[in-house]
Amino acid sequence: MSLDLSPTHQHEHDNQAVPSDPALRVKALESLLVEKGLVDPAALDALVDAYEHKIGPRNGARVVARAWFDPAYKQRLLSNADAAIAEMGYGGFQGEHMVVVENSAKVHNLVVCTLCSCYPWPVLGLPPVWYKSAPYRSRAVIDPRGVLREFGLELPEDVEVRVWDSTAEVRYLVLPERPAGTEGMNEEALAALVTRDAMVGVGKVFLSKVVSAA
Amino acid sequence: MNSVHDMGGMDGMGPLVEEKNEPVFHDEWEGRIFAMNLAMGAWRKWNIDASRHARELIPPAEYLRMSYYEKWVAGLIELIVKSELVTRDEIESVTPAAGSVKVVPALTADQAMARIATGIPAKRNVDAPARFKVGQRVRTCNMHPMRHTRLPRYARGRFGTINRDHGVFVFPDTNAHFLGEKPQHVYSVCFAARELWGAQAEEKDSVYVDMWDEYLEPA
Repeated sequence: MSLDLSPTHQHEHDNQAVPSDPALRVKALESLLVEKGLVDPAALDALVDAYEHKIGPRNGARVVARAWFDPAYKQRLLSNADAAIAEMGYGGFQGEHMVVVENSAKVHNLVVCTLCSCYPWPVLGLPPVWYKSAPYRSRAVIDPRGVLREFGLELPEDVEVRVWDSTAEVRYLVLPERPAGTEGMNEEALAALVTRDAMVGVGKVFLSKVVSAA
Repeated sequence: MNSVHDMGGMDGMGPLVEEKNEPVFHDEWEGRIFAMNLAMGAWRKWNIDASRHARELIPPAEYLRMSYYEKWVAGLIELIVKSELVTRDEIESVTPAAGSVKVVPALTADQAMARIATGIPAKRNVDAPARFKVGQRVRTCNMHPMRHTRLPRYARGRFGTINRDHGVFVFPDTNAHFLGEKPQHVYSVCFAARELWGAQAEEKDSVYVDMWDEYLEPA
C-alpha cells in the first residue's frame, strides 16, 4: 500500500493545499473528481440530502420516546442497543455499534469525543459545531459540571456525573429522564419533547418545552 | 501521536457557544466536502483510522484555526494524493493529467444510500482472547507512539475498572497505517475523575473511555 501517512513522511505534508477560500477550493475539487470519474455528483446530492433532511435527532427522539412508553423496549435498548434501534428502522454509518446510557435522579451521563468528533449519526444526525469544537472536546472530561453549567444545567452535588469519551467505534446515546407530568402522553407527543442536547447529555427534557413551542 | 487533536483536559480553548437553530451545513461547500469524503471512501484506498490520522497530521496551529469541514478538505486532499487517485498537479490545475483514463465512480446515488444504511462495521467476528473481564482493575499503558493511537494522553498510565466488554474490533493503531486489522477486545474502562484530575474533581464523578486490549495491563 502506497498510502503512508506516518510522521517520517510528514515533510511531504503540504498545507498549501488548504483552501484560503474553502467554497472555491471545494468546488474545484469536486469538478476535478467528477471529471476524472472518481465521484458521481448525484451520489453527493443524495448524501447531502440524506443528512440534511432524513437523518437527524428526530430519529433519536423517537427511540427515547419508545423507551419511555414501553418498558420492555427500554430493557432491550439498554441491553442491546443495536437491535433495539434497528427495530425502529435506524442504524448504519457511524452508528454501527451503539450503547445507550440511562440518566436518573442520581446519575447524569454526558457524551464527548476528545480525539475527533465521533457522534451517533443514525440517531442524532451530524454533530453541531459546539460538539466538534475545541472548548467542548477539551473540557467535557475535566470539567463536566462546568460545561453543563454553560448549557444552563446546574447539577446537584449528589448526582453522579459519568462522561463517555467515544475513543472507539462504539457510539453513545443518552436516555434522558422522562419528565414528570407526561404520564398520559402518547409516544409522538413524548418524542416532540426530546431534544438533541438531552440525548448528548448537555440538557434535560422538560415538559415546558411543549408549552413554549405551542 | 501527541498532537493537539488529543485535547481532553486542556485549558484555554475559550467559551462554549451554542448556535440556535443551527443548520446541518452552514454553507453548500460543507455538504459537498462531507459527501466527497464518504464517496471517495468507497474506493477503499484507506480506512476510517487512516482518514482520522490524515486530519491529525494537520500542523497544530492550522488544526486549531481550521473549522471542522476545512479539516475534512485538508484530510481528503492528503488521502487522495497519497493513495494516488489524484496528483497535486491535477488539484492545482483543476484538470486531469494528460492521458489519464476516466474511471467509473465507485458509488452511485443508490449505492450511497445503501452504504450509509449498512455502515462500515468495525466489529470482527473472530476469536480473540479477552485478557480482562468486567469488574477487573486495570492500568493503562504509558505510551507515546509517533503514529496513530486512540489512547488519549489524559488516560495513560491510569488505574481503572473494566465496565463492559464491547466485543472484538479492528485495532486503529495498526489499521491507520495499513499494518493489519489486528482485531482485539475493546472495553469500556471506568476511571474515577480524581484518578485522572486529582482533588479538583468531584469524588463521585467518573470518565468512561473505550480501550483496546493492548492498551491495558492487569493492576
